[in-house]
Amino acid sequence: MGAKVVTITSGKGGVGKTTTTANLGVSLARLGKKVIVIDADIGLRNLDVIMGLENRIVYDLVDVIEGRSKLRQAMIKHKQFPDLYLIPAAQTRDKMAVSPTDMIQVADKLREEFQFILIDSPAGIERGFRNAVAPADEILVVTNPEVSAIRDADRIIGLIEAENKGPGKLIINRIKQGMVKKGEMLSANDITDILGIKIIGIVPEDEYVIPASNSGVPVTLNPNSRAGIAFTNIARRLTGEDIPLMDLEDNGGIFNRIARLFGGGSGGT
Amino acid sequence: MQDELIAIKGIKDGLLINLNTTEEWLSITEELASRIDEKSDFFSGASVTVDLGNRPVPKYELSSLKALLERRGLTLTVVLSDSDTTNQSALALDLRTETGNIIPGRTAQETIPTNSEETGTQGVMFRRTLRSGRTIHSDGHVVVYGDVNPGAKIIATGDIIVWGRLRGTVHAGANGDESAIVCALDMSPNQLRIAGYIVTSPPGKRGEVYPEVAFIRNNQIVVEARD
Repeated sequence: MGAKVVTITSGKGGVGKTTTTANLGVSLARLGKKVIVIDADIGLRNLDVIMGLENRIVYDLVDVIEGRSKLRQAMIKHKQFPDLYLIPAAQTRDKMAVSPTDMIQVADKLREEFQFILIDSPAGIERGFRNAVAPADEILVVTNPEVSAIRDADRIIGLIEAENKGPGKLIINRIKQGMVKKGEMLSANDITDILGIKIIGIVPEDEYVIPASNSGVPVTLNPNSRAGIAFTNIARRLTGEDIPLMDLEDNGGIFNRIARLFGGGSGGT
Repeated sequence: MQDELIAIKGIKDGLLINLNTTEEWLSITEELASRIDEKSDFFSGASVTVDLGNRPVPKYELSSLKALLERRGLTLTVVLSDSDTTNQSALALDLRTETGNIIPGRTAQETIPTNSEETGTQGVMFRRTLRSGRTIHSDGHVVVYGDVNPGAKIIATGDIIVWGRLRGTVHAGANGDESAIVCALDMSPNQLRIAGYIVTSPPGKRGEVYPEVAFIRNNQIVVEARD
């Protein structure tokens, strides 16, 4: 029993892992779940910034692992959602300060208290990635509709399979339906054609995302944001709700369908 | 030699360790550990080729063998096996697999003549999609039941058959055999080499997809549909 440990990873940098982690954390907390998000990107922390919790950091993950603080002291409670916590990464150290065993131990200590433990993986396939993946029960692979991001996602999926952590589930982030229609951008179909794993969510490109990240208020709190709605839907699927994905063949109404799914599912638009 | 649990000998690339194929796995690995520990200074740092014969070795067993060697300063690099299970395990652990006759005196090869009409030549089978970053080397043929994704690479001295989409890089006849062929259900390789020749796929999306064969004719690689 206890928490489900979900690691968010991608291989390539800048595809939206941290944004995804922050938004899934907030969405799950809004759905009434007890959630803790862990920033495993030691040395380059920014999950705290996107969640608007930077100014509350006293201790970090490395402090916990090296025994300078208790686990509880490093857990930062979210301003708005009392059931949402963050363990920030250290900024002054590098990935070698943490081992996969350390991560498994930290996650195991948190399992009883929480329903979801989300781990934000660093880019790359080295130690930081291995740390983030070690305790995972489920892995979400984030990619963009770009050949280079897909290539890296493919590599990551291969490594996850080699660790016997299943193929993982795919989040396609920043898709622009208009460009897909014109044949200028890879479609979700093109992407699953190569990667061959299950999609758990498709997040449209959205002008609300960047200002939301900058202000530390995750975009999923903005009811006008399609990306925010998409993140909420992913969170719901993580909790086991059966929310159908939009028909990937349906070039016309991807956004409408997401909105419809959301409206129908929660009653709030 | 058959009665021995373990035979260790030096080869060009390091050590070749033959493990008895019938004895219980645990007693073999324990014996191996103690044998290495006896002469730990001598063995330390060596790169190891392990010959598992036809024993099917699941991934966790192979992984424990790899760890056992690593703890003693040895690196497991190549797995010789005639078992599909073992080859799958080795692949999952990113180890090179060989079934060919790179090691002189390997028993399996001594009894099986290669290039014989009746027995055929040896090959390895991969029943999974090869993803980006995976490289397969084989002294023999390679069969993939699955896709070969962009960024994956197969280098074989024999033929390469892909029952799926070929989108990575393949090199058949890598030792210079110009009679080698490459077959795929969907032939869109990033790069295709046969012996010393090299071609790339034309850019753009393909329309209809059908099985094709690539081979050398008149000093160039040609790709033809099969019907």
